Amino acid sequence: MLNIYDFYDKMERNNIMLSFKGDVTSELLTSILQIMESKLDTMQEDPKIKKKVYNVLVECLQNLYHHMDEITPDLNEKIRAAIFLIGKIDNQYTIITGNYIKKENVSGLQKRLEDINQLSKDQLKEFYKEILNNGEMSMKGGGGLGMVDIARKTGDKLNFNFLPVDDQYSFFSLNIKIS
Amino acid sequence: METISIEGTPKTPTITFDINKGFLEIKGRSIPENSIEFYKPLVDWLEKYASKPQTSTNVNIQLEYFNTSSSKCILDVFKKLEAINKSGSQVVINWFYEEDDEDMLEAGEDYQAIINVPFKMVQVTE
Repeated sequence: MLNIYDFYDKMERNNIMLSFKGDVTSELLTSILQIMESKLDTMQEDPKIKKKVYNVLVECLQNLYHHMDEITPDLNEKIRAAIFLIGKIDNQYTIITGNYIKKENVSGLQKRLEDINQLSKDQLKEFYKEILNNGEMSMKGGGGLGMVDIARKTGDKLNFNFLPVDDQYSFFSLNIKIS
Repeated sequence: METISIEGTPKTPTITFDINKGFLEIKGRSIPENSIEFYKPLVDWLEKYASKPQTSTNVNIQLEYFNTSSSKCILDVFKKLEAINKSGSQVVINWFYEEDDEDMLEAGEDYQAIINVPFKMVQVTE
């Protein structure tokens, strides 16, 4: 059995403000965003930082929401679950997300993220406009704009990892810092 | 003619479209998971309006937040306005941004670079 104090202590030491593991639904996102917004208000966060954190959080969480669809709900229920943590250390916010991804989709996503990480601030702006104007809009989201937007708004490289889990799935994690 | 409106929610903006005055306003936050579904009625109204627009059309975009899923739909709305502008109604898009919200100002400038309609960047103090 899990030692709950140990768990609490780890979260405390890492200054986790909010964490969740499970199925990410539209209703959940509405609640999480409301909770985070009132937390940021209570902390009297600088409006500029507050907006950035909120914007990036929306993109990170909606990424999870949209990509959970790709996982077939049959057989393995745990595969549908995702995890996210939101923390603040000193003046830096951290958003960490983790979700399963089909192995066949790993190389495509990895390539896209690596490409985004090659771009300068101005190139990101141009790339964003190019996808916005010419890219195919998927029924799901912004058709690949999300990650570009996160990179633009944070002004930082996307920090990600793919961990092989079994022969079908890997676990994709994204670690975003906002300061 | 009529005024069409959609009331805002925590994830979607308030939309007011006064066809008699040629005035459209999108205000609030636009962060729905499925933006296409949300913006479809507006795109349809603009389509209808385009067949018989007023001599001038004023558009206020006053968003606090919008997600990337909305950004393409907003572009679709602007593309309709571009067509309306081309066909004779003088369109002006007023893009509101809060003081210090550089991201929102930059987002407006991104649209300005893509869409051939006069934009006015309007700073609001909090």
